[in-house]
Amino acid sequence: MTAVQSTSSTTNKVLGHPLNAWYVAGWDHEVTRKPMSRRVANRPLALYRTEDGKAVALADACWHRLAPLSMGKTMGKDGIQCPYHGIVYNSAGRCVSMPAQETINPSATVPSFPVVERYRYVWVWLGDPTKADPDLVPDMHQVSSEEWAGDGETIHADCNYQLVLDNLMDLTHEEFVHSSSIGQEELSESDFVVTHDGSTVTVSRWMHNIDAPPFWLKNMRDKFPGFEGKVDRWQIITFQAPSTINIDVGVAKAGTGAPEGDRSQGVNGFVMNTITPETDRSCHYFWAFMRNYRLESQLITTQLRNGVHGVFGEDEEMLKAQQAAIDANPDYEFYNLNIDAGGMWVRRLIERMLEAEGRLVPTA
Amino acid sequence: MAATNVEVWQQATVVEARAIATDIQRIVLEPALPRQAEPGSHVDLKVMIDGEQDKRSYSVVESSEDGKRLVISVMKAPQSRGGSLFMHTLKPGDTLEITRPLQNFPLRVGAGRYILLAGGIGITAMVNMGRVLKNLKANYTFVYAGRNRAAMAYLPELQELHGENLVVHVDDEGTSLKVDELVASADLDTELYMCGPIRLMDVVRRAWTERELNLPNLRYETFGNSGWYDPEEFIVRIPRLGVETKVGQGRSMLETLEDAGVDMMFDCRKGECGLCEVRILELDGAVDHRDVFYSERQQHAAAKMCCCVSRAVTSKTGAKADADPHRGPAVVTIEVS
Ligand SMILES: Cc1cc2nc3c(=O)[nH]c(=O)nc-3n(C[C@H](O)[C@H](O)[C@H](O)COP(=O)(O)OP(=O)(O)OC[C@H]3O[C@@H](n4cnc5c(N)ncnc54)[C@H](O)[C@@H]3O)c2cc1C
Ligand code: FES
Ligand code: FES
Ligand SMILES: [Fe+2]
Repeated sequence: MTAVQSTSSTTNKVLGHPLNAWYVAGWDHEVTRKPMSRRVANRPLALYRTEDGKAVALADACWHRLAPLSMGKTMGKDGIQCPYHGIVYNSAGRCVSMPAQETINPSATVPSFPVVERYRYVWVWLGDPTKADPDLVPDMHQVSSEEWAGDGETIHADCNYQLVLDNLMDLTHEEFVHSSSIGQEELSESDFVVTHDGSTVTVSRWMHNIDAPPFWLKNMRDKFPGFEGKVDRWQIITFQAPSTINIDVGVAKAGTGAPEGDRSQGVNGFVMNTITPETDRSCHYFWAFMRNYRLESQLITTQLRNGVHGVFGEDEEMLKAQQAAIDANPDYEFYNLNIDAGGMWVRRLIERMLEAEGRLVPTA
Repeated sequence: MAATNVEVWQQATVVEARAIATDIQRIVLEPALPRQAEPGSHVDLKVMIDGEQDKRSYSVVESSEDGKRLVISVMKAPQSRGGSLFMHTLKPGDTLEITRPLQNFPLRVGAGRYILLAGGIGITAMVNMGRVLKNLKANYTFVYAGRNRAAMAYLPELQELHGENLVVHVDDEGTSLKVDELVASADLDTELYMCGPIRLMDVVRRAWTERELNLPNLRYETFGNSGWYDPEEFIVRIPRLGVETKVGQGRSMLETLEDAGVDMMFDCRKGECGLCEVRILELDGAVDHRDVFYSERQQHAAAKMCCCVSRAVTSKTGAKADADPHRGPAVVTIEVS
């Protein structure tokens, strides 16, 4: 084993983002023949599809005078035309036509970023393109698997992406932020276990023999009509560096063996979250709620999506207020609690990625 | 894109300097603000010529992962005014001002096949690309053409690294490059990256166009200092401004006009942008077009020229064999904006 250097426990309030990573730029249905603009990791991108349906991500600034290409139109098989003086680029970002002259300036290019389409998302890689290995896309297979049903949305969150990761790695906030839907005091009272390796962190929490909160009671009754009684509840949070968190959640009839692996007497969902830094103080938060029961019911899909929409709206409000308070109090530091263990491992893994890129800014 | 090409100047220290081929010096620099150089990038640096500061560009041949070592290689230019000569005087411990790596010649990852083509000193721009393609296990052929082996920098290193993927052409050994054959081996998925004399690159460009390959897949960098003819002294006149001046062999027309006090517009100074264009009113001789801005049709018309690189020569017919400097200097009469 190689010795690992531990970084100081001082906690960055605004954490930078690794560039050698896949980030979701959008849902597959968002990227079309009509170019759109989205900023990913501080870089404005023009996203569109070629005639063959291949997703393309170019820097959203024309080589000539930096006009946004996303305001232009797609052209020919795989091109896009700048809306200002009509330079046309192909999907590799190379100029293919320079209307005002007979030749093409050899340096006329815009960066074209590697793209992978997977799990209903379009992923982009903004770092060193020679390292853009599609096998490094985080596992979110439930989003597009036939064994799971569900849907999701995007939240534009006005906060550093790390605040969302903190939020998802410690669910004791549910008792206070989500008291009407999924919160309950057993969350804070029950024990949790944290494990990690080089690129993942897992936080597991089991609550035995408790009353199901309203959200889960409804789900149990969708599968077991008329269900009454106590449940065993679980939350198994898995972080994949640098910004994907899948949460295995559910409840089962108390004492039917769910903790030992038999979940047949329960309902199981996966909250899929992947957070794309937009700027240092904003992010695109892509989530989906997937379930493995009553796959046929579009009604349940819609109800769950709307339910989670409400829950995450509560988070969004808190995160925005938290970022505003951080910015309004630049001289105050963060303190850490025992419940932050998961979030602190997340920070350490991200800081190591930043360090490997030579981009870790020491805390002031 | 402009944003990635912001000029950041910094100090650099020479840590190694040695000859690696005829008239070619390998120089290792340690920059104060290290940043890894992408394949295809170059640095601009300040050279001293006769006590005056000037700027020259050199491709980054090699850079360490942390960017703390940048290697460049400089050929002593035959008609040099002194930039490359200055570079050849550098010794370990000397310092100079350089930019952080600048990028006008990016390598795209993901092409089906690559051809890298280096002619002479143009090898400097291709070495790093070759290394990256090798690491990526890409499908590539590295073609290196030169006059003789002694003049070809990095030949043994490249042979060792690229093995069968390296194809060498040596004029003195009768194995000169056949451009048509090379281009015939390319298909619509092939990207060709090249750097070398403008004559070589023009021939490749013509073959590429004739075979109707994708023009955007032909990538090249111009060093902005080679032509179809040997440089000659010539006269340039601007009647409206009452200017008549002689352009020396080792001087560009743009520089000479600037020296004569003409307010000239320009940007790239290497024949790409077309901003330095002048209109030709009268011509005694021919134009050695050394730019990549004009199409062949426009170059033939000889109504305009890019004065940063192109020159007038004494050839009545435009054929190289007809150039005869002893017949007295060519004269070009122009109008400027
Ligand atoms: C992106 C880039 C990368 C380069 N990389 C390398 C490299 O890796 N290695 C290397 O050796 N060189 C490289 N060069 C060329 C280098 O910058 C210099 O041009 C070269 O070293 C000659 O400079 P000099 O001062 O010795 O000679 P000169 O050529 O005398 O330079 C003086 C100026 O006059 C012009 N000039 C001189 N003679 C003529 C002529 N006959 N016709 C037209 N114009 C003329 C030149 O363009 C130049 O602006 C590169 C150039 C560019 C643009
Ligand atoms: S800004 Fe795009 S063509 Fe001019
Ligand atoms: S200055 Fe750009 S072509 Fe002459
Ligand atoms: Fe929450």
